[in-house]
Amino acid sequence: MDALILSRLQFAITTVYHFLFVPVTLGLSIFVALLETWYINSGSYEERIKLKKLVKFFGTIFLINFAMGVVTGIVQEFHFGMNWSEYARFMGDIFGAPLALEALTAFFIESTFIGLWVFGWDKLSEKMHCLCIWIVAFGSNLSAFWILVANSFMQHPVGYEIQDGRAVMTSLLDLVTNHYVFGEYSHTFFAGITTGGFLVIIVSAWKIASDEVSREMFLRTLRRAVLYTFVGVLGVMGSGHLHAQYLNEANPMKLASFEALWETEDPAPFAICADINQEAGRNDSEITIPYMFSFMVHNSFSGEIKGINDLQKEAMEKYGSGYYIPDVRGMFWSFRIMVGVGGLLLFIVFVMGVISFFFGENIKKFSCCFKCMPVLLPLPFIANSVGWYIAEAGRQPWIVVGLQKTSQAVSPNLSSGEVWLTLIGFTGIYLLLAVVAVFTAVMFIRRTKITEEEKEGI
Amino acid sequence: MDLNIVWFILITVLFTGFFILEGFDYGVGMLLLGRKENERTQFVRAIGPVWDANEVWMITAGGAAFAAFPHFYATMFSTFYLALFLMLLALILRGIAFELRGKFQNHDWKLIWDGAIIFGSFVPALLWGVAVANLLKGLPIDSEMHYAGNFFNLLSPYTVLAGIFFVLLFAFHGANFLILKLADERMILLLKRKAAVLGIATWAVYLLFIVASIFETDVMSKMVGVLIFASALGVLLSSWQFARAGRQKSAFVCTTVTIAMTTVGLFVALFPRLMVSSLMPEWSLTIYNAASTPGTLLIMTIAAVILVPIVLLYQSWTYKIFKERVARID
Ligand code: HDD
Ligand code: HEM
Ligand code: HEM
Repeated sequence: MDALILSRLQFAITTVYHFLFVPVTLGLSIFVALLETWYINSGSYEERIKLKKLVKFFGTIFLINFAMGVVTGIVQEFHFGMNWSEYARFMGDIFGAPLALEALTAFFIESTFIGLWVFGWDKLSEKMHCLCIWIVAFGSNLSAFWILVANSFMQHPVGYEIQDGRAVMTSLLDLVTNHYVFGEYSHTFFAGITTGGFLVIIVSAWKIASDEVSREMFLRTLRRAVLYTFVGVLGVMGSGHLHAQYLNEANPMKLASFEALWETEDPAPFAICADINQEAGRNDSEITIPYMFSFMVHNSFSGEIKGINDLQKEAMEKYGSGYYIPDVRGMFWSFRIMVGVGGLLLFIVFVMGVISFFFGENIKKFSCCFKCMPVLLPLPFIANSVGWYIAEAGRQPWIVVGLQKTSQAVSPNLSSGEVWLTLIGFTGIYLLLAVVAVFTAVMFIRRTKITEEEKEGI
Repeated sequence: MDLNIVWFILITVLFTGFFILEGFDYGVGMLLLGRKENERTQFVRAIGPVWDANEVWMITAGGAAFAAFPHFYATMFSTFYLALFLMLLALILRGIAFELRGKFQNHDWKLIWDGAIIFGSFVPALLWGVAVANLLKGLPIDSEMHYAGNFFNLLSPYTVLAGIFFVLLFAFHGANFLILKLADERMILLLKRKAAVLGIATWAVYLLFIVASIFETDVMSKMVGVLIFASALGVLLSSWQFARAGRQKSAFVCTTVTIAMTTVGLFVALFPRLMVSSLMPEWSLTIYNAASTPGTLLIMTIAAVILVPIVLLYQSWTYKIFKERVARID
């Protein structure tokens, strides 16, 4: 394998890993902030002790996750220069700006105020302390915004010009108001809410089942998390749907690829499953719902949708000969997994809502189910990862759609030996960290009790 | 003054901030070596609230280099590929160690993570010294701005000397910081003795580094750079004397100034180059051939001029909130 393939693999592994923690940061920061707001506005003394413990409980989980996000994020920033130097040269004028703004506007406030929040419990007034976590939540989401501005440019370049063989920014405003940003950001934001909220659901359910003394408090977080996640799932579905519609004009090749639509059709059917033959440029067999794809894209039962083979011809006319079709099989199934998980999550949240709101008194009865809930925890993380596979593999062979190919972007001075070394190194340390962090978090969750005693617990 | 120069100054400022702030973090991290568990806990508490924000100075310096001088970012990071990989491993371990070390009350657990903190502070300090010296000394960079060497070209007696200098300087800076932050009298006494040794050792290595720079690089062609280094050497000496005389605040201020002047001196010696090519002087990266377009530089200038002071404002506020000394733990 050459340095290019290895660099792609390394980038994929490290970003997907980074993005296991990012959505939790995005969603859980807001949840903890809401929890603390509830705490500082609460009444009786016992209640306050318990709520404070609860804030610290979810705060600690948040912090372990946050630390993982931070250390893996630094790798991401260095990556562009290390493995993708030609990309950095070509794109620096455009890409550097959001990245630097992310550091200046978001990372600084996040890291400063998280320090204040962790160590400032008895140094700041209650309101001030609560404000700190809100600022952290704001900073995290702002950082996501900037990085997605950068990513959206790669998916759908706007506000640029080509000068002396590199992309030059003509308008920062165009970059920020790229319609693609709207789709990516809203979808990622809601995916964050979903992931963070779902984590709280799982943890609460598990504590309800296995921790007698803390049961009552975790029933209360369960109810809140159910509502929170419900909003998230609906949001992620709605925004994802709108974004897919938008792809029909922004990047029809991506849309046709994850639907495995090889020929242009009107009305186009929706494939539930398909045996994809990428080499021959067709599906060997498929099960479809007629009209459905057109309906999803155009909100009506007719309307043309371009197929992959025609789009390939168009691309050849525009960019010269070459193969412009991404990995259709991977994208097709990734998309079905993501949407499937979305549906499943909605169902789970609904069931948990019914149980926690209507069977609150008898919640103990559900103990054995609740104990098994942690096996569901990977669901949103899977959806996030395959979602990014669609987004990123769907722009291949381009690294910046229409402007630079991935093969032109890699650092020319790297040998495959060097990249092998770092690939193995990063993967190894990431695996190690995952084990340690999960172990620490589980032990912490297991031993922490939420009671009204001052001392016991956290 | 054109925007390229403004950005050269801003990058210098960001690196200066990074070396000053992470400097004492790295120093404190390295000073954990050989300490007992309760002492290590105090050390870690002293930097606990601020280390993450300090690290962001590095991230911002990197991001700003990307935005203002993309070729510099691209060439530097791909050149230092394996060195940066090592540094990233160190920073990953260090960052996670701060979070996890206190999660179990178990001696071995803490010992392992404190080991990670020591390693994770020592390696970046060393490597940044090596990297900076390489920028100045020159590297085999070809006409296309690509690095034409390998990992071992980065290591030479001169660059390793610079690495050792960074390690010692940060350790001294960290000791001065800790003396100001701890409440444990016995510990302070011990650190004072350490600082006295570190101070003079740093001074000697710095002197050696300046002499070596004169032979190994072209600093002599720009006397200002050498003068700044020489005055930094003087400030370092007074820091050592303050440390011995028990004037801790002055000692800390002086190491801060030493780091600032050293960084400024390095960049002044480089100016207007960012990376020196040892193959052909014309192939060096400069603030003109490595830069973004004026449009991007302008937008980024406006952003930086507004945002950097705000960052400084709330970060100094944090130091005020946490101004109390860290209580002794038995
Ligand atoms: C909890 C996670 C989650 C769930 C349940 C869904 N998604 Fe998603 N999806 C993501 C998490 C995600 C993501 C990881 O956040 C991505 C990757 C890139 C992006 O912007 O969001 C993504 C990407 C992504 C893309 C490609 C975007 C691009 O090209 O940049 C589309 C078209 C959709 N999603 C559509 C959907 C639809 C119609 C869903 C309906 C159920 C859905 N997603 C559920
Ligand atoms: C703004 C953010 C991002 C940028 C700038 C970015 C950029 C890149 C680059 C440079 C590559 C390697 C070259 C290539 O294969 O095209 C890549 C590949 C990839 N990235 Fe991203 N990425 C971003 C976010 C993410 C995130 C958050 C994830 C996952 C969670 C992700 C998943 C992937 C995957 C799966 C690939 C491999 C695609 C392939 O090579 O076929 N990306 N991305
Ligand atoms: C591939 C491109 C990416 C780069 C270069 C990158 C860079 C970084 C860096 C350097 C950090 C650490 C900041 C600190 O020390 O506080 C970080 C954390 C973070 N990143 Fe990324 N990131 C990338 C992808 C993404 C994406 C796609 C998102 C969101 C959609 C994201 C959202 C965040 C958030 C919210 C944090 C802070 C919270 C946390 O650490 O978990 N990042 N990132």
